[in-house]
Amino acid sequence: MNNNVGLQRTDIVEIDPTFLFRWEEPQRAYVLLYPEGLVKLNSTAGEILAVVAQTVAVGDLLDNFIAKYNNPDIADDILTFLEASNERGWVRIKR
Amino acid sequence: MSAAGSESSVSAPVKVDGEGLPLWLLLELTYRCPLKCPWCNNPLDFDRYRNELTTEEWVDVLRQGRELGALQLGFSGGEPMQRRDLEELVGEATRLGYYTNLITSGMGLNEQRLAALQRAGLKQVQLSLQACDAELNNRLVGADAYAHKIAAARAIKARGFPMVLNVPVSRYNIEQAPALLELAEELGIEYVEFANLQYYNWALLNRSDLLPTREQLSVAEAVVAETRARLGRRMTIYFVITDYYAERPKACMKGWGNIHLTIAPDGAALPCQEARVIEGLKFPNVRDHDLGWIWHESPVFQKFRGESWMQEPCRSCPERGHDYGGCRCQAFLLNGDAASTDPVCGKSPNHHLIEEAVAAAMAGRPQNRLIMRQRGLNVA
Repeated sequence: MNNNVGLQRTDIVEIDPTFLFRWEEPQRAYVLLYPEGLVKLNSTAGEILAVVAQTVAVGDLLDNFIAKYNNPDIADDILTFLEASNERGWVRIKR
Repeated sequence: MSAAGSESSVSAPVKVDGEGLPLWLLLELTYRCPLKCPWCNNPLDFDRYRNELTTEEWVDVLRQGRELGALQLGFSGGEPMQRRDLEELVGEATRLGYYTNLITSGMGLNEQRLAALQRAGLKQVQLSLQACDAELNNRLVGADAYAHKIAAARAIKARGFPMVLNVPVSRYNIEQAPALLELAEELGIEYVEFANLQYYNWALLNRSDLLPTREQLSVAEAVVAETRARLGRRMTIYFVITDYYAERPKACMKGWGNIHLTIAPDGAALPCQEARVIEGLKFPNVRDHDLGWIWHESPVFQKFRGESWMQEPCRSCPERGHDYGGCRCQAFLLNGDAASTDPVCGKSPNHHLIEEAVAAAMAGRPQNRLIMRQRGLNVA
């Protein structure tokens, strides 16, 4: 169990396998489902976790979003979100 | 760029925006159960309901529920393992895309059925445990259950299910909180819920005997805090103080007809499991109406939805959007008026009823006089 929330670029991250992550059409949003609970994600968070759901290196994920939005400044925000997701147990380091 | 989500848990008073959808669907498949728990939330006359929905009728409820937007699905009871078609229903729910939760006492949950449930796509199991010694556990549930429960817990974890250990908290078992947490840690259980009893039906009948003391609650709360700090993310512990000792009411069901829909064994659609205690309401039945009409248009589901039904002091209270005036069932049972303020609220003119109930319970404890769940009880 990793309680250190600092993520490295080389870390491979995935959705915690006890969570169910998917697009939910009636909500028009991505949702995370887990025992006795659910999280409805806003569009940005959903977009990031949809990439995490493919199992990805943190560095690759950041580079792809920087390129997609042509904005290097978003890397810090994305990393902060990933670390918060790791701390909450939604996302875990696979390697 | 910012990222966030809105979070909801059954046990945490966080408001979730369901956008008017019944995100939580609870199927009480049966009121039958081999246990006799004296806090059972089934109706006192549970044995009168013998016309359980058929497999086909439950499947139809599942399909309609998904169409309405339900995501979280609970299979409950009674004891849901009593239904031989549980595996079939879980399979259908999985196919429809629900997150499936089995809420069980562990009775009847053998290795064979657990394997079949896993094949059917079951996502998680909530297992109840009353104590971590056989003598107390079995006395509290009125049956030889402890060994079955522990075996069930080990089997559930051996198969890798996420698991909630649900401990119904009363004065009898609250002092076992440290030992129960140790047991949960040893078993590798991720979620422990200390479910302070809610005093309706059988629990209300036994309220004086079951209510823990403030001191017991404080000690348990400290143990929970220490364990949370020590285990971090390895275990999530829910501990919600009983509303009899709270200043404000719980945000019951996160509002009537807001995100939660229960279907009782006979097909009655309820805004919460306890709603049948409110006399004078005619609950719509899935045998007569489609779920869409029941949820969106039936008089019962609209009756306490939103705020227009509120009386003072709720109507002008700045906290009404947070707690929805508390619990309609408790307001009916203790005040005689389901639209009144939940008397556990310090602002309720009837709050003295709660203080008197606590004082009476503390002053004159009946000794082991628990009325166990049983058929044909004359409560007149």
